[in-house]
Amino acid sequence: MDRTQLLNKLWEFQHRLGYISKESISTLSKKLNVSTVEIESVVSFYHFFHKKPTGKHTIYLNNSIISDLKGFEDVKATFEKETGCSFGEYGNKEFSLFETSCIGMSDQEPAALINFQPFTDLTPSKVRNIIQKIKNGENVKDFSSKTISKIHYTPDDDKTVIFRNYELGKSVKEGLKFTPQEIIDKIYKSKLKGCGGAFFDVGYKWQSCKRNEDTEKYIICNADEGEPGTFKDRAIFQHLPGLVIEGMILAGYATGAKEGIIYLRAEYQYFKQKLEDLIQEFYTQNLLGKNIQSIDGFDFEIRIQLGAGSYVCGAASALIESMQGRRGEPPVRMWSATKHGFKHKPTVVNNVESLAYASRIIELGEDYFLSMGTKETPGTKLISISGDVAKAGIYEIEYGTSIRELLGIEMAQATAPYYVQVSGPSGECVSPAEFDRKICMEDILCGGSFMVFNRTRDILHILRNFMEFFKEESCGVCTPCRAGNFILNEKVKKMQRGLASQDDVDEIKKWGKIIKLSSRCGLGKSSPNSLIFSIDKFKDYYNLKIAPSNEFQNVEFDMEAAIHEFDSIIKDTQL
Amino acid sequence: MKEVSFKIDGRDCKAEKGQNLIEAAKQNGIFIPTLCYFKHLNPLGSCRVCTVKQNGKPIAGCTVSIAEGMDIEVNTPELLDNRKAILEMMFVEGNHFCPSCEKSGDCQMQNLGYETGIRYTRFPHLFVDRIVDARPERIVVNQNRCIKCKRCIEEVITNDGFKVFNFTNRGNQTLVSVDYEQEAKLSEAQAEHAMHICPTGSILVKGKTFGKPFGDRQFDYAHEGQNIPLTDIKKQVKSNKRKMRVATTSLAGCFGCHMSLLDVDLGLLDLIELVEFNKSPLTDIKKFTERCDIGLIEGGCCNTDNIEVLREFRKNCDILVSVGECAIWGGLPAIRNTVPLEDCLKEAYLDSLTSEEGETVIPHHEDIPKILNKVYSNHEVVKIDYHIPGCPPNANHIWNVVKNLLFEEEFSISYPEFKYD
Ligand SMILES: Cc1cc2nc3c(=O)[nH]c(=O)nc-3n(C[C@H](O)[C@H](O)[C@H](O)COP(=O)(O)O)c2cc1C
Ligand code: SF4
Repeated sequence: MDRTQLLNKLWEFQHRLGYISKESISTLSKKLNVSTVEIESVVSFYHFFHKKPTGKHTIYLNNSIISDLKGFEDVKATFEKETGCSFGEYGNKEFSLFETSCIGMSDQEPAALINFQPFTDLTPSKVRNIIQKIKNGENVKDFSSKTISKIHYTPDDDKTVIFRNYELGKSVKEGLKFTPQEIIDKIYKSKLKGCGGAFFDVGYKWQSCKRNEDTEKYIICNADEGEPGTFKDRAIFQHLPGLVIEGMILAGYATGAKEGIIYLRAEYQYFKQKLEDLIQEFYTQNLLGKNIQSIDGFDFEIRIQLGAGSYVCGAASALIESMQGRRGEPPVRMWSATKHGFKHKPTVVNNVESLAYASRIIELGEDYFLSMGTKETPGTKLISISGDVAKAGIYEIEYGTSIRELLGIEMAQATAPYYVQVSGPSGECVSPAEFDRKICMEDILCGGSFMVFNRTRDILHILRNFMEFFKEESCGVCTPCRAGNFILNEKVKKMQRGLASQDDVDEIKKWGKIIKLSSRCGLGKSSPNSLIFSIDKFKDYYNLKIAPSNEFQNVEFDMEAAIHEFDSIIKDTQL
Repeated sequence: MKEVSFKIDGRDCKAEKGQNLIEAAKQNGIFIPTLCYFKHLNPLGSCRVCTVKQNGKPIAGCTVSIAEGMDIEVNTPELLDNRKAILEMMFVEGNHFCPSCEKSGDCQMQNLGYETGIRYTRFPHLFVDRIVDARPERIVVNQNRCIKCKRCIEEVITNDGFKVFNFTNRGNQTLVSVDYEQEAKLSEAQAEHAMHICPTGSILVKGKTFGKPFGDRQFDYAHEGQNIPLTDIKKQVKSNKRKMRVATTSLAGCFGCHMSLLDVDLGLLDLIELVEFNKSPLTDIKKFTERCDIGLIEGGCCNTDNIEVLREFRKNCDILVSVGECAIWGGLPAIRNTVPLEDCLKEAYLDSLTSEEGETVIPHHEDIPKILNKVYSNHEVVKIDYHIPGCPPNANHIWNVVKNLLFEEEFSISYPEFKYD
């Protein structure tokens, strides 16, 4: 057996038995000729693999901040009451309940995956209904929710790039009229920036992969979409999946790669079959396979690799580790993936949306793309808006659109917006004073997540949710991120209890900088961002949260909390 | 091999092209501390202690290969503080009770703590309950001390090529797990090698931990002759010529620090000329009679009385000093911090060998102080001006600090006197 098959094998066991038993681990370790602890290390890394048996129905309820403000607590309580199980424990034969990080459904929260089928816009009564149906023996697949997101906005017809008419194969057929180098030149000229959050130049990446003389190369479509509040990649897959596949084919043609892999986050496996059917259709039409469109020697295959629940696996280097059947630890950066990527071969990792744009640019021409947006970032961008807005959903906006416009009556219709989180927890928070900032390279970039909070929301509550997220999703390999995020989270807790002084606030900033400076990968380098930014941007709020300092004690010590436990133990044991 | 020139902190250096920065720096007389970097292994880049800046960008030093013209920063104030902070994170993340650790004196992390001059950690201790796994054949893995450097994972391989250790779980739950089957295959020498490469006391070989007695270990006499300056001490500026007043107390401590105080021997006679003791177990004065210049606190806070006494000290002393590990972060009494209070009390009063059969009462009375939910360090309760580490701290260390504080004399602490155990 090949190590790259490990995740798939583990999924097989997980689906078939409901967990990965000691025997399964031992079988796999023999097949791969590695020690059992090595298989265990992989199993225990991924959120969706279990070492203990789970019930017939595993329920993963999203605990992101958007879910939280749409009623997470009530829904959670109802799940527990109706199933008789508690979250985070293994429950009974029928049900196991777990919380999980954002499942890419922020426009339909609270949402849960039951046996990986989606259930959205949950309310206590809906939950009662669902559990009843399950108890009656119905199959969850038959009554799961429709999840297709609304496209609320596209620019005028002559300015839309993604959400316009799609004809299967059009981009590829158009692209094959050019030489591989011409394709790269076109993408390069269009200045297309990666949409996965790092905004790296797509043309440049393709070029450096092409330049490599190795004959074995890979195109990886990063469909891990883990940044809380993002669901634009899901929208592309549900509305125009063909665009992504064509983008991959074009990337393969341009760089000389023969194999493409879609790394699909496990949360999205409910549309995996549809995607596979479409890939089959591409094969049938000779858009995939051998000698594509009768071009001699142009072969390209696409397969789907399922993730297993890990945010950090969205980071390109960790994603490659994961595809090779390992823990999703971002390796020490010695080379770029375009030199030594998947199986140590030159690899292009592109986000779903980047690939969709690439195929549109080839189809519509780079001049069309260049006629819009800003100088540094031409064209349009997909934004997924959620939170305190009337119209949560997908927006295709021209680069250069202001935050105020996004929040306004023409678009999302936010009510009393106060705190806007751009690009998810690892991005930047924005206060009303900055609503005129524009989404573009020259000002503030947005990876796709755009979460809006109104004046009634508590900022520390939001930040606490973010810190819990990072604490949970840190891969654990490096000290500053593993320990640092834990420590910062403790600080936020302290502030929430009203015990923080100005010193604590200053320390958050200093400590955050240390974590940013010394962490190994993008997760740790960006996790303290929102906390640090919020302190400067929401001064009035923090001033109210800081306890006045006391000359002698100088440190806020919560005596009540410190003796509460003793008092209650005494009360319980003295009868 | 081609020789290239590069710069470290502005100094011209030379090395082979492609050489590892840690080695290259060493050859040029510059020491970059590391905990995970290990000779022939590929750089692990996990501890991040060696974080430097390459052409202005932060990067783990162990992952840098030297190239012509590189500009490396190693010992800028920012990076020095960063290095110290990462070590402090390791100290608070695990449960490092140096005084009771088999590896003390041979521990690279402890030694780096001395070298960077950590007196107390800026971060709160996390006190996560962690397991000690004694099930393997030859070794014991103590997760309280593991810093997840990955050395053992990469280095310890059985003769037939199987890994013995690996990470399990993720985030702050990450731990180094042992494969019992593979571990049993290790030879005595291989097991000892594992213990040896562990930069802390996390991997121990049964029956082999005290091969060398305390005091004779590799770091016990390291850096003799070197001194740690006490530059960041707050000075007491007083012009009057009266004797300085000192108060002392022992909170949740063992009086060991007080015993150490007396260890200056004849120096005590000089001292009495200069200072007088107010409230202190040494004088048996129970209540402050006058405001004091300096208060020395031994022990942390484990009950409500400790808190009251500490607050009283803060009110009555100009400068407060935490003396010893227990005062600084809880120390040995804080071993209970990973265990729920209820279990502690039951174990002590209801289920212990000496308690009456069928005992149901945990002692409590309005006159008895209440036990806090955990042991707190003193600076979690009041502002502390200075910390003197050690268990107990060396007498000279204590008095040098006191003299420095009171009389503005410039003192420094010699390395061997700076201890955590
Ligand atoms: C912690 C972390 C998580 C990431 N998650 C994603 C993700 O979910 N999807 C994605 O496309 N890129 C993600 N990225 C960015 C990728 O590393 C990479 O830059 C991107 O996939 C490259 O594609 P692009 O250039 O087309 O954007 C993440 C990066 C980091 C550091
Ligand atoms: S920064 Fe965090 S996620 Fe990234 S390598 Fe370090 S521990 Fe892992």
